[in-house]
Amino acid sequence: MSARGTIPREVDVAVVGGGVVGCAIARALSQFELDVCLIDRETDVGFGTSKANSGIIHAGHHSASGTLKGTLEWAGNQQWGPLADELGIGFERVGDLTVAFDEDEVATLERLRRQAVEREVPGVELWDGPRLRREEPNLSPEIVAGLFAPSTGVINPYEACFALAEDAVANGVSLLLDAPVHSIDVVPDGLALGLPEGTVQARVVVNAAGLGADRIEAMVGLHTFDLVARKGEEYLLDKRLEGLVRRIVFPCPTPTSKGTLVIPTFDGTIMIGPTAVDVDDRDDLTTTSDGAAQVLRAARRLVPGISPGDCIAEFAGVRAVATTNDFVIGATEVPGFVNVAGIQSPGLTAAPAIAELATRLVAEQGLALSPEPSPVPFERCPVPVRDLDGATRAERASADPAFGRVVCRCELVTEGEVRGAIRRGATTLDGVKFRTRAGMGRCQGGSCTWRVMEALSAETGRPVDALTKRGGDSWLVLRREDPMIDGATS
Amino acid sequence: MSASRPARPRRVYDVAVVGAGPAGMAAAAGARQAGAERVLLVDREPETGGILNQCIHSGFGLHHFGEELTGPEFAQRAFAEMVDDGLDVLTDSFVVDRDADDELSVMSAEHGVLRVAAGAIVLASGARERTRGAIRIPGSRPAGVMTAGLAQHLVNVRGLLPGRRAVILGSGDIGLIMARRLTLEGIEVAGVFELLAHANGLTRNIVECLDDFDIPLHLSTTVVEVHGRDRVEGVTVAPVGPGLEPLLDRARFVPCDTVLLSIGLLPEAELARSLGARIDPVTRGPVVSSTMETTRPGVFAAGNSVHIHDLVDFVVEEAQLAGRSAAAHVLGGSAPRDNVTLVPGENVRYCVPHTISTDREHTVYLRVRRPLERSWLRLGDAYEKRLRYVVPAEMVTVKVRPRFLEGFSSEALRVDVVPREEG
Ligand SMILES: Cc1cc2nc3c(=O)[nH]c(=O)nc-3n(C[C@H](O)[C@H](O)[C@H](O)COP(=O)(O)OP(=O)(O)OC[C@H]3O[C@@H](n4cnc5c(N)ncnc54)[C@H](O)[C@@H]3O)c2cc1C
Ligand SMILES: Cc1cc2nc3c(=O)[nH]c(=O)nc-3n(C[C@H](O)[C@H](O)[C@H](O)COP(=O)(O)OP(=O)(O)OC[C@H]3O[C@@H](n4cnc5c(N)ncnc54)[C@H](O)[C@@H]3O)c2cc1C
Repeated sequence: MSARGTIPREVDVAVVGGGVVGCAIARALSQFELDVCLIDRETDVGFGTSKANSGIIHAGHHSASGTLKGTLEWAGNQQWGPLADELGIGFERVGDLTVAFDEDEVATLERLRRQAVEREVPGVELWDGPRLRREEPNLSPEIVAGLFAPSTGVINPYEACFALAEDAVANGVSLLLDAPVHSIDVVPDGLALGLPEGTVQARVVVNAAGLGADRIEAMVGLHTFDLVARKGEEYLLDKRLEGLVRRIVFPCPTPTSKGTLVIPTFDGTIMIGPTAVDVDDRDDLTTTSDGAAQVLRAARRLVPGISPGDCIAEFAGVRAVATTNDFVIGATEVPGFVNVAGIQSPGLTAAPAIAELATRLVAEQGLALSPEPSPVPFERCPVPVRDLDGATRAERASADPAFGRVVCRCELVTEGEVRGAIRRGATTLDGVKFRTRAGMGRCQGGSCTWRVMEALSAETGRPVDALTKRGGDSWLVLRREDPMIDGATS
Repeated sequence: MSASRPARPRRVYDVAVVGAGPAGMAAAAGARQAGAERVLLVDREPETGGILNQCIHSGFGLHHFGEELTGPEFAQRAFAEMVDDGLDVLTDSFVVDRDADDELSVMSAEHGVLRVAAGAIVLASGARERTRGAIRIPGSRPAGVMTAGLAQHLVNVRGLLPGRRAVILGSGDIGLIMARRLTLEGIEVAGVFELLAHANGLTRNIVECLDDFDIPLHLSTTVVEVHGRDRVEGVTVAPVGPGLEPLLDRARFVPCDTVLLSIGLLPEAELARSLGARIDPVTRGPVVSSTMETTRPGVFAAGNSVHIHDLVDFVVEEAQLAGRSAAAHVLGGSAPRDNVTLVPGENVRYCVPHTISTDREHTVYLRVRRPLERSWLRLGDAYEKRLRYVVPAEMVTVKVRPRFLEGFSSEALRVDVVPREEG
């Protein structure tokens, strides 16, 4: 597989890792007159941990005091509102409820409430049983109290990555995908990154490589942190349960974990999870029967109406946790090499604030930051057809018939939207799925897979047997070898 | 907004039928025969025929046409039986929902968003396949895990191959038929694995699709893990104990690049649900009366969207009734209301219709829970009939005649299928 994108010979900054953190950093840097390139080994941005998480923009009263992650969490929460608006991505402050089953837990809620006040997290209130049941009638009747935090939000994390990267590219960042960095050499006036097909020389390298960050650091001879891979499994429930809870429901935290949550995702699907299990293999994205049982048990304790038969899909993500249990962000002994590593939860929340901090660190490496004189404003994705009212839908479809043809019936996605996603950068089935939701619904692509493959083939000019689910060796179909049969359309 | 906005097109019909598979086509024909003047048939696919278009094997229509046809042949015949001047067919058109004005909203490239006002609706939207998430197969999520129906579409309609070596999980009919199809296409089928102690598909399909091709069927065995990062590299299978729990000490690895799921169909009942019709938690389709009317007056349903059928002939029979009833609803002259509710009793998973009337003859479809060699079908204390071999995979059809229920005066009629002693 060869790298996609034109490899620039020399740049001011190379950001390694196109997760939400790397994308946010690249975008922040694109606002200045700098040559920046964003590099990821996957076939699309966000295909590491950033697409496989709970999608919560935390309020900032859960995390421990005195940590970098705690500080950046609340700052990030505040920045996501305007940022999501500007980028036109799904984000909503649905609020969260941490619930208590007994008096001991009520005491914990009280402690969290005081913490919220200290950190100036606004609007946090303690609700009693009757209030809880009025607001969230499907919660377990055994819950006695809840702490409500209105500033917690839900976001579509993959949409965030796509939009941040697209905005960065529109403002001059070069994006290199399918491009694993395999070496970094210290050269005069910078660092040379070895890619499968060439080298990029950068004055500053930002190591935002998530689970690969320790290996990237090792490439310049450093060993300043250790990473533990902590897997989390999540389970998605049928859309029929939409509205089961309106706010994110947390159990009372224990010293080691935020626990298993019930999450009304931005698109309305209810998600339950995650687990937190340390794994040896960082690529271990398997779901397990123990994980499923644990998540279901914990979720049913909070919301008894959930049943195992409601699951439509599951996934796992792996957190890159530094052994210090905090983010590792800062310059290093190697000139020009900056770490943004160990970005465990709440990394998604903190990403905009991390980007701000990283921008300062880049400047401290001796790069002058002069604002880009004519930034290109972001061209948002059109509002999804499923969110339009009948009249506007009709208008869109009569302007372009492709917006009348429904490709994915479960999530109501039209061919116009699928083609739009491909024009904006999707090259795989998953790329289309995460941009449009085609294939994310209850039939899980049973009925739209072929139509999406046809659109991918038509837009990219590649035959269907060259298409993949998500890059690499994830091929989808083979052509018949029988020469008598006129097989695949191309 | 702007005055130049094109008016949203709107059409008025007596009966609108959603879905143009065998059920939809038969319902449309039934509605026309019963006197509905303007009938609309809509399907989201470019052609009518529904799932039959990808079923290129033969075995359709023995009852209805008196000969064995392939799926596409059956669809063609049904289409020919149906076409007439009072019928509009819209394909490549998706029925989204019913809007605030009680009109169906139909999206297509051709018409944009079309509004359809209809005196009665027949839902014939078929079924969808259960997916991996529904049974939560542990493991990784590589390319190459797909429903048997998607594989059937890729192979039979698109002329593509899903992989080189396949494992089939579940012994539903589509999986069995695909085991044979893949073998004929030169793809190795490593085996069919079924969690339960009995197969889920028709006996005919076990014999003709597996036995005849030496494809092993492993009963009481399941897939406990999927392996592979990018593409499937294999599965771990294990036998299950009496409580269906996998016996992991007897697990083994089966290399393959493709996993087909044939773990059941579910009625596509979203439209019924959004129209406010009551859903039967067992069939997962709408509750229907003896005229195939849902609990929403004027909304009828038939075919796989009500309950999963194994033979198209019964789909047609049920759908013609739905179409005729829809016409009667519009023209006046609906049948008297049902007065008896059927209650699934011993060894009966469900009955369709859910209610009947003691003054007419009805065809009642039911499925048993467990196989029985010889059994009695009992309707309360009123009627008893001998049944031969019954299995969950094969729908049982019973004619219920008024004379069976003479003297029966309760509102609930229990339906049992119980073992019959030797004799
Ligand atoms: C189950 C789970 C639930 C979570 N829930 C939340 C939540 O609700 N709220 C929240 O705020 N946070 C949450 N998190 C944490 C959040 O997902 C992460 O903090 C965040 O996604 C980290 O982003 P990142 O960009 O650092 O990492 P990643 O998204 O993993 O990006 C790193 C990128 O680097 C690339 N890369 C690695 N090595 C190389 C190389 N050699 N060459 C080129 N590219 C390379 C990878 O391909 C990857 O795309 C959760 C995490 C998990 C696992
Ligand atoms: C693999 C397989 C093998 C079979 N083998 C046999 C056999 O050998 N012999 C036999 O007699 N029977 C067989 N059957 C059974 C029988 O053919 C099916 O039960 C029958 O086709 C179901 O008919 P239907 O019209 O209810 O559904 P379908 O054929 O599924 O038709 C439903 C139609 O509705 C459309 N639709 C759904 N929602 C919408 C919407 N919102 N807007 C517009 N259109 C919509 C769909 O596109 C579809 O075309 C088989 C079935 C399968 C799946």
